[in-house]
Amino acid sequence: MKLTSIKELEDLRAQILADKDPDKPCITICGGTGCHASGCENVISAFKQGLETEGVSDRIDIRVTGCHGFCERGPIVIIFPQGIFYQKVAPEDAKEIINETVVNGKILDRLLYIDPITDEKKIHESDIPFYQKQKRMVLENNTLVDPTNIMDYLGVGGYSALAKVVNGMTPESVIEEINKSGLRGRGGGGFPTGRKWESTRNAAGDIKYVICNADEGDPGAYMDRSILEGDPHSVIEGMIIGAFAIGSSDGYIYVRNEYPLAVANLTIAIEQAREHGLLGKNILGSRFDFDISINRGGGAFVCGESTALMASLEGMPGEPRAKYIHTSEKGLWDRPSNLNNVETWANVPLIINKGADWYSSIGTQSSKGTKVFSLVGKINNTGLVEVPMGMTLREIIYDIGGGIPDDKEFKAVQTGGPSGGCIPEALLDLPVDYEQLTEAGSMMGSGGMIVMDEDTCMVDVARYFTNFLQEESCGKCVPCREGLLRMGEILTDITEGRGTMEQLSLIEDLSELLKDASLCALGTTAANPVMSTLKYFRNEYIAHIKDHKCPAGVCKELITYGIDPDKCTGCGACMKNCPSGAITGEKKQPHVLDTGKCIKCQICYDVCKFDAVTKE
Amino acid sequence: MDVDQSKLESIIAQYDAQKGSLISILQDIQAEYSYLPVDALEYVSKEMDIPRVQVYGVATFFKAFSLKPKGRQQIQVCMGTACHVRGSKKVLEELERKLEIKAGDTTLDGEYTLETVNCVGACALGPVVVINDEYHGQMTPMKVESILSAK
Repeated sequence: MKLTSIKELEDLRAQILADKDPDKPCITICGGTGCHASGCENVISAFKQGLETEGVSDRIDIRVTGCHGFCERGPIVIIFPQGIFYQKVAPEDAKEIINETVVNGKILDRLLYIDPITDEKKIHESDIPFYQKQKRMVLENNTLVDPTNIMDYLGVGGYSALAKVVNGMTPESVIEEINKSGLRGRGGGGFPTGRKWESTRNAAGDIKYVICNADEGDPGAYMDRSILEGDPHSVIEGMIIGAFAIGSSDGYIYVRNEYPLAVANLTIAIEQAREHGLLGKNILGSRFDFDISINRGGGAFVCGESTALMASLEGMPGEPRAKYIHTSEKGLWDRPSNLNNVETWANVPLIINKGADWYSSIGTQSSKGTKVFSLVGKINNTGLVEVPMGMTLREIIYDIGGGIPDDKEFKAVQTGGPSGGCIPEALLDLPVDYEQLTEAGSMMGSGGMIVMDEDTCMVDVARYFTNFLQEESCGKCVPCREGLLRMGEILTDITEGRGTMEQLSLIEDLSELLKDASLCALGTTAANPVMSTLKYFRNEYIAHIKDHKCPAGVCKELITYGIDPDKCTGCGACMKNCPSGAITGEKKQPHVLDTGKCIKCQICYDVCKFDAVTKE
Repeated sequence: MDVDQSKLESIIAQYDAQKGSLISILQDIQAEYSYLPVDALEYVSKEMDIPRVQVYGVATFFKAFSLKPKGRQQIQVCMGTACHVRGSKKVLEELERKLEIKAGDTTLDGEYTLETVNCVGACALGPVVVINDEYHGQMTPMKVESILSAK
C-alpha cells in the first residue's frame, strides 16, 4: 500500500498496533550471522514444524529477528510475553519449548544462561550481566523486529522520525538538530555529522548524493553487518532524513559482498519502503523525492576510504585520491556527496525522535551517544555490545565481557581495526571516547575490540596488521606501498629470530614517514599497530631480538616442542594426531618427539590431556 | 571456456549497461562461471565501451574476482583479527596439509579451492571456516578432517 500522507502512515501504524495482541505468545529466534553459524536455520524450521504438528500455529507467533549480540551463546531463542531467554538451543529442544514453556509456562532450566561467577541461572535477558551494563539504542530493534517485514518496524515507531521531518521541519533545522546532538561519524574518523551535512548542503550544484558506507572492512568488527541484517529500515530512514536535509534525491549503499544476508535484507527493506511510498517520488506527500540503490563491494579494504569507495561506485578500481577538494564539494561523479557509516545513519532517527538534548545527555564532553563494539578475541562473553561513550575499557571487558577465559592473564585490547593500536592493562580505566583512545595511541575506528591474553605475541600482532595493510594497500602512493612492505620484512625478521636492534629504530623512522607522506588514511594510520606495541610492549620485541625467544610462545621459528617423560602416560594421542610422524613411542611408555621432523603445528600440545607436551 | 553471449547480454542489460555498474556486472558474471573468463571480459569491454585496461584493472584490483576457475567446493579461512588471535593460522596450515595445496590454489581434481579472507564478520565464533557459504565456527586443526569429510 502506498502511503501518500503522514496521516496514512499514522493510521497504518495504529492499525498494526490494534491488531497486535500483547499477550499472544511469540517465539523469537535470532537469525543473525553468528546464530546462523551455530545452526539457527535448523532451529527455525524445527519450531515451524513443531507449531504445525502440535496444532498451535494459530495461537503462537514465530519471529526471526536480527542479531541479539550474544553470539557466543547462539542459537538464541526468547519466549514472549514473559521474555524467557534460552541459549544454545538445538532443533530437538523445539517441541519441548513449545509444549512446556509456551503452552504451560514452565521454564526449562537446562537452556537457561548460568552466570559463570555466581552459578545463578538467569531467566531474562535483562538479568544477564552481559546485557545489564549495556545501553542498547541502536541495537534495540534487532531483538524486536523481523527485518524482512516493514510492519514490524512501523509497529515499533519506525519512520516516525521521517514523518516529523517532512511535517514542518526545514532542512536547516534538521541539520541544526544533528549538530546539537553532537553525533560524530561512527566509521572511525569521528567527524561531526551535522557539519558534514551542512557543507554538502551548501556546496554548489543541483545534483547531490548521499552514500552509506557499509564496506565494513575492519577485521574483527561486525556491528554494521548486524545493523544491516537486523534493522535495515533504521539505516534507510536515517538516509532519507539526511537526503532531505542535504537536498539530495539519489542515495547509494555500498555494502560488502561478503555479507550476503545483509544484502538480502537490505534489498527487501528498500523494496518494501518503496511499496509504501517511503522511498521514491513525493515521499509521504511532501514533494520530496529520494531513492536508494545498493552496490556490492568487491572485497577491498581501502574502499572503506571515502574517495576510494566513490571511485568504486563509478566502476573504477578503488584507489583513493588526495582530498584537496572535499568530497562534500566534489565526490561521486564530481558532484557534492555526503558519506556516512551505517551506524551513524542508524543514530539519526533516534536523534530526531527523542531530540538532540536527550541524545547529548549520553556520553562524554566530546563524544555523545552510544557506540557499538564487537567484543571478540580472548574473552568469555564474545559478541556485540552497545555502551554509552565514556564507559571504561575495564567495565566493558570485565563487567560485560566477563573477563578472560581459562584463568589467563589479560595482555592488551586492540581497538580501531588495522589502523588502531593495542592498549595495555595499565590503561584499562581509560574512558572510551574518540579523544582518549587517540591519545593512547589507538583510535575509535569502526568499533572492533579484540581482547588479547598472555598467549598472544604482540610482535606477531604487529606483523599481522602490517601484512594485512600491505596486502590491502592499493599501491598508488610510494610510502604506503613500499614502506609497509619494508616494515613487514623487518617484523618477519624479528619474529623469525633474525632481527637487530638497529631495525627497531628503522621501523620507527618508517612509521613517521608513513604518517607524514601517505596519500590516504590507510597509510597515515598504518603504523599505529607497530607504534603502539613498540610503546607498550617493547620488552617483547627485545626478547625476540636479543634472547631469540617469543615469550608468548607464538612465533614458530623461536619455539621448540618436546615431551616431558615424567608427565607422559604413553596414551598415544599425540602420536596418532601428529601430521609429520615426529612422535614415536610404545603404548604406556613415555613418547619421544623428534625435533628434526617436527613442523611445529602444535596439534600434540593441544591434544595432550596431561600437559606433557612442552613448548619453549 | 566458452562463454554464453546471451547470458552476458542479459546481465549487462539488467544494469542498463551503466558504466558505474561494472563491478556489479563482473560480480554476476563471476557468480555464473565461478571466475571471470577472459572472453567475458573482452565482451564486457566491447559491449559497454569501457577500455579493456579498465575492465582488467577492476577485475584484478578487487579480491572478490578471480581470473582462474575455482573448485566445486570453495573453502574460505577467515584470517580476521579475532580469528587470528584464536589460532586461524594453524587451521589454515592443517587445511593446506590435508588438501596438499597452498592458500589461493585449487586441487588438481578441481574439487577444492582454498582461500583466505580478511573477515567474514562472524568474529564471535572464531576461528571460522566457510565452505560453500556454510559457516563452521570455533575451528581447530583437529576439526578440519571432519568438516572436509562431511561434504
